[in-house]
Amino acid sequence: MRSQRNQSVDWQQQFQILQAQAEDARLRSYYSEELPEQTTPLADAPLVALDLETTGLDPDQSEIVSIGLVPFSTQRVYLRDYRHWVVKPRKPMSEDSILIHGITHSDVESAPSFDAVFEQLLGALASKIVVVHCRSIEQEFLNRRCLQITGETLKLPIIDTMEIERRALEGRRGALDKLLRRPLGSLRLADARKRYSLPAYQAHHALTDAIATAELLQAQLAYHYRPDTPVRDLWV
Amino acid sequence: MENSELNEISNFLIKHPPFDELEPEQLAGLSQQVEVAYYRAGAEILKLSDPIQDLYVIRSGAVEMYKRDGELYNRLTQGEVFGHSGLLMNRRVRLPAVALEDTLLYCIPAQLFHKLFDENDYFADFFDLDGGAQLRQAISANTDSNDLSTVKVKNLQLRDVVTVSKNTSVRDAAVVMTEEMISSVLVTDPDLPVPDDPEDDDGQVVGIITDQDLRTRLLAADLPATTAVKDVMTTDLIVIDENTYVFEVVLKMLRQNVHHLPIVHRRKPVGVVSLSDILLHESQSSILFVRGIFSQQSVDELITYAEQLPAVFLRQVKEDANSHMIGSAMSVIGRCFKQRLLELAENELGPPPVKYCLLALGSMARNEQLIITDQDNALILDEAYNPEQHEDYFIKLATFLTDGLNACGYSYCSGDIMASNGQWRKTLSEWKALFDSWFEQPSPKALLHSSIFFDLDGVAGHTRWADELKRHIARKAKDNPRFLAAMARNALNRTPPLAFFKGFVVEKDGEHKNSINLKRRGTAPLTDVIRVHALAIGSRSLNSFERIDDIIAADILPPGKARDLSDALEYIAMVRIIHQAEDIEAGRKPDNNIEPESLSSFEKRNLKEAFQVLSNAQNFLKFRYTGGHRPGQANNRRQ
Repeated sequence: MRSQRNQSVDWQQQFQILQAQAEDARLRSYYSEELPEQTTPLADAPLVALDLETTGLDPDQSEIVSIGLVPFSTQRVYLRDYRHWVVKPRKPMSEDSILIHGITHSDVESAPSFDAVFEQLLGALASKIVVVHCRSIEQEFLNRRCLQITGETLKLPIIDTMEIERRALEGRRGALDKLLRRPLGSLRLADARKRYSLPAYQAHHALTDAIATAELLQAQLAYHYRPDTPVRDLWV
Repeated sequence: MENSELNEISNFLIKHPPFDELEPEQLAGLSQQVEVAYYRAGAEILKLSDPIQDLYVIRSGAVEMYKRDGELYNRLTQGEVFGHSGLLMNRRVRLPAVALEDTLLYCIPAQLFHKLFDENDYFADFFDLDGGAQLRQAISANTDSNDLSTVKVKNLQLRDVVTVSKNTSVRDAAVVMTEEMISSVLVTDPDLPVPDDPEDDDGQVVGIITDQDLRTRLLAADLPATTAVKDVMTTDLIVIDENTYVFEVVLKMLRQNVHHLPIVHRRKPVGVVSLSDILLHESQSSILFVRGIFSQQSVDELITYAEQLPAVFLRQVKEDANSHMIGSAMSVIGRCFKQRLLELAENELGPPPVKYCLLALGSMARNEQLIITDQDNALILDEAYNPEQHEDYFIKLATFLTDGLNACGYSYCSGDIMASNGQWRKTLSEWKALFDSWFEQPSPKALLHSSIFFDLDGVAGHTRWADELKRHIARKAKDNPRFLAAMARNALNRTPPLAFFKGFVVEKDGEHKNSINLKRRGTAPLTDVIRVHALAIGSRSLNSFERIDDIIAADILPPGKARDLSDALEYIAMVRIIHQAEDIEAGRKPDNNIEPESLSSFEKRNLKEAFQVLSNAQNFLKFRYTGGHRPGQANNRRQ
């Protein structure tokens, strides 16, 4: 597949700058962990799949209710190092969102606040490339909450499996499809997984979705990329 | 809850053996150690001789495993495991694996695999060795011993416990004993408290009363029939645990001079064993049963006697006999019924006008008869046989035999391969001519229904003729490629039901509601395969296991293959036998069908293994004897 190098950031270099600028100790510590070089082959890159369950899509209006993450490589997903937090929203949850996540009022009652797990979360993400399905959500929510907690923005090196899927589908689309404006096909996590014969998992569980995202990236790379593709071709 | 967070993994594992029997905490620990790996279709998963670090569970997709020589070994799908043979042997890949479809694998680290292997017997048994060795192990667990001294008292067919209350009159107790046709009854004290702990539950039994007690303590003491049983019962109860061996029970009875002993499970009586139960048990031993056949004085007596046959069969199964032993015993019994019926026929019809030999065909000739079987027989007649003078006698003799057998439970042959059919009464030279026609003009069609004639044995009369016919067949079949090709082709007609077990790629969503006929899809085609090899090497053995010994000695199969065949035959035959025994015990009519759902995962796995052996053996047969040429082509080349 054609690389998108024009968008690419040298995250290793970027982190050095961010570390120097950061005022908050937690952020300084996060940026100080060494990232892979931009030429590191994907097969050697440390990855961490992340999923947030939120009460809605708007980061200003909605709350994070759970966080799941699992470290992985292009060969293996390491379940033993998974993390899963249920966090207490600042406002009460609506009944609708309870239906989606299955996380109830009593679950969150005893849960820590997002602020309380923020540092642990940064620790689990440190020195790894974050892999999400649909990066705008995770990026925006984390950045917004980071601003509220530290007064500073949060920048993360991200690989977006939804973006990879979009490119894969576009690459497959013929001229006729484009002329007729045929739809691209669903980019939802479950639908993307089906294209690689990955099994159906329970949706809207942060950890399960993180595992599902990690498996999806493994499958996408097996199909669309050579193992020696440098990380700069995919991270944004 | 920690483990519920990984329920996508644990919920999957718990549905598939050997993980289905793990303790919850073992399962939770296991789920957390899993690593997930994705392989696209066609990707190499394991490479021969590479180090192996994990046990693999297929979460989705399908995987093919290959042997060292590149031959396909197995095809696995969702829920199945691989990699254990390498982990158990030398931590090197023994069977390379390739993803047949896009495949997601759960990888369980070797260290954890070994830990579970050590901690959990079920888990270890599941993996213990591979392939044929695993099957062999399953068989050896079935065939420990057949020593009579190893029969436990609980294996006797015991009557349910009958009790009376201690205040019952002796008269009422005698009525109960008469109605139940028993010679002893246990006495309970309903006022005794029932203990909370079931381990201590003795069923409130306080004594026993026997026929002998009624005689000595009541009649001889001139007590009235209204006496309560508590006044004449024996209170110092000698009980025996249900796991006691029968011979110990006999010793105990002799030593204590008692004829009835309550049998207890823990402390609770579950039955009473009497001396006559033990005598009955002994009479069902196949040796005594055979002797008894010859003392039956009429067909009617024989028919009544034959009713014990299921019990004799059941007893052998319970004594853990193997299929060879059971098949031999049942065949010997079948032969004796034939011999005795012919004796009775000659008593009635007078001595035969010319000499004859009765032939057993098929499973009886191979000593592989089981409980449900139809009769297959034929007659060799003296060369002096003259139809005009003698046919009438032999029609009567054969009809007497086949009717008698049918009445004794050996039903008529549906293909009419019976001595009562004039087509199957021939002189020795006529029989040889028939076989020669099969050898000289072999075609799969002509031989389709005649494979039964290649398993023949003399049962009664002038059996030397049968031996001569066998010699003739062995000599002519050997080195006759056209004949062997035709036989091999017929041996491929019945295929093993691999799809039932394989979860084969195209059938993974299918439902298998049908049952499997273990004879038609298992033992019969295996026997066919073994017969072709045996004929090819001129073996004169008839029993499949003995034929396999000859095949091993002739060294015509790749190493280990012949032993695999015998393991597979033994395993399928035993599943069939045990299934029939269960039917008999449950009062059902025994059959050869088995529902895959009723099998344990362990049995399924072994059966699948056995059917795989059959499938491989059929492929080899095709390759070796039919050589990719149609019979017509081979025909042309030879002429």
